[in-house]
Amino acid sequence: MTAGAVLRVEKPGLHCTLQDLGRPGHRLAGVPPGGAMDRFAIAAANRLVGNPESAGALEALLDGPVLVALEGCLIAVTGADFQPRLNGAEAPGWTAFWLAPGDRLTFAGRRSGARAYVAVGGGLAGDRWLGSVATYQLVGRGGIRGRPLRVGDELGLAADRAHPTISGRHLPEVRRPAYNTEPELSAVRGPHFERLQPASRRRLFGSWWEVTREADRMGYRLQGETLELRGEELISFGLAFGCVQVPASGQPILLMADHQTAGGYPAVAGVARAALPLAAQLLPGQRLRLREISVTDAQESWRVLRSHLAAIA
Amino acid sequence: MPRRASPRGPRLHALGDAAALVEIGRRVDTALNTRAIGLAAALRKRRGVREAVPGYASVTLHYDPEQVTLAQLQATVRNLVKARPAPPVPGRLHRIPVTYDGPDLEESARALGLGVAELIRLHAAPTYRVFMVGFVPGWAYLGPLPEPLRLPRRSVPRTQVPAGSVAMAGAQTGVYPLPTPGGWHLIGRTDLPMFIPDHDPPLLLRAGDRVKFFARN
Repeated sequence: MTAGAVLRVEKPGLHCTLQDLGRPGHRLAGVPPGGAMDRFAIAAANRLVGNPESAGALEALLDGPVLVALEGCLIAVTGADFQPRLNGAEAPGWTAFWLAPGDRLTFAGRRSGARAYVAVGGGLAGDRWLGSVATYQLVGRGGIRGRPLRVGDELGLAADRAHPTISGRHLPEVRRPAYNTEPELSAVRGPHFERLQPASRRRLFGSWWEVTREADRMGYRLQGETLELRGEELISFGLAFGCVQVPASGQPILLMADHQTAGGYPAVAGVARAALPLAAQLLPGQRLRLREISVTDAQESWRVLRSHLAAIA
Repeated sequence: MPRRASPRGPRLHALGDAAALVEIGRRVDTALNTRAIGLAAALRKRRGVREAVPGYASVTLHYDPEQVTLAQLQATVRNLVKARPAPPVPGRLHRIPVTYDGPDLEESARALGLGVAELIRLHAAPTYRVFMVGFVPGWAYLGPLPEPLRLPRRSVPRTQVPAGSVAMAGAQTGVYPLPTPGGWHLIGRTDLPMFIPDHDPPLLLRAGDRVKFFARN
């Protein structure tokens, strides 16, 4: 089923993994959804090259890989701006373009954002585990043998290009999430919001939260003015991507794609799906604010983002 | 903050814009947990519900807002809670062999004022319940632990606990499915894998199952 290799990894970059839209449906087994941290950017990259949104694509953290085309292929780079280069010349972001055999895709350095996505027409193949090729390092499954890319890895296509693909498709900036180094993330009140002392409720939605160095695919520890809780300890319950939990330290944790599926810290807020791409592009030291939004408004904002994806045709 | 038991049934609280939590109780209790597991199973069959994950006394729902609204789910939950629950299915019984030689065995026995043999006898005596599964793949929250075995967590968690470690803390016991950090007291180990990546579902113990440990040494 896997066609021949299309790309060879000349340099893997800091941490580059194969991802997709994850493997929902397995939380009963304690398996998190996983998949791309920035679901909008990976879906856009796939659509730009004519793939289903759920196809496998690369997620590169902080710097990009060096990839050499072994066969002609259509690619698109979205998400963070690491300055993609095609044979040394500037290549456009959020745009589909061709690589001819021997062409090199490199990155000149991070300009903004944290995670860039590289999709290839046909979709990248990887180890499928529980219905997804997303790399889940904790258990060493999915992706390329469950690990980040290494020098010399050869990446194949998941499917032959079923239909002719075209270069030049582009997603303009106005149709992307409002990526920003100090974003305001819309979030709904969580089930345990009222466990916060009244002053802390205002603080949660009013003050700045800095992303600490303890920030990875599982979640971000945030730092700011301490939140005060009241009430006895909770018994454990199931969690979701985007949950904001407050442990006894009073410093919140934002759960991301590979989050723990259960825990017992109060869940005081849930970041809207439309705002999670903004969170996915943050780095330690950057700040965010949470802005309270109703559930229906949050759902509507996701519909708007989705319509931008659907317009890529 | 005491939550009033509303005559209209438990409330569904948003956990984001595509997930919600319904809490049916605040205690670790077999009857409550049985209801949570039953409610999750019933909700899983409803339109727009993608996942329904039981907690100790709660259900976390992951839903598709394009197919069902939070208000509709709230009404569904109230109707299901009012209806007579289906009789609980007795969970599968697992017998798990344990070599009781963990690095915290002797210290735990000392802290509890028990002999090592007595600690082992007490730990292997009950048939434990799998209250819920989560945290990491294959982690089963087992309990309740006999009263004389209850210790607070270690003050300094280990950065790496080997997979297969049999551990206890508070009223809970369990087996580490993967090498992860952990703050529980390690009293033994088993060769029986808890996380089985090539199975679907990829785990041994499921919510509602029962577990009996037996000493191999």
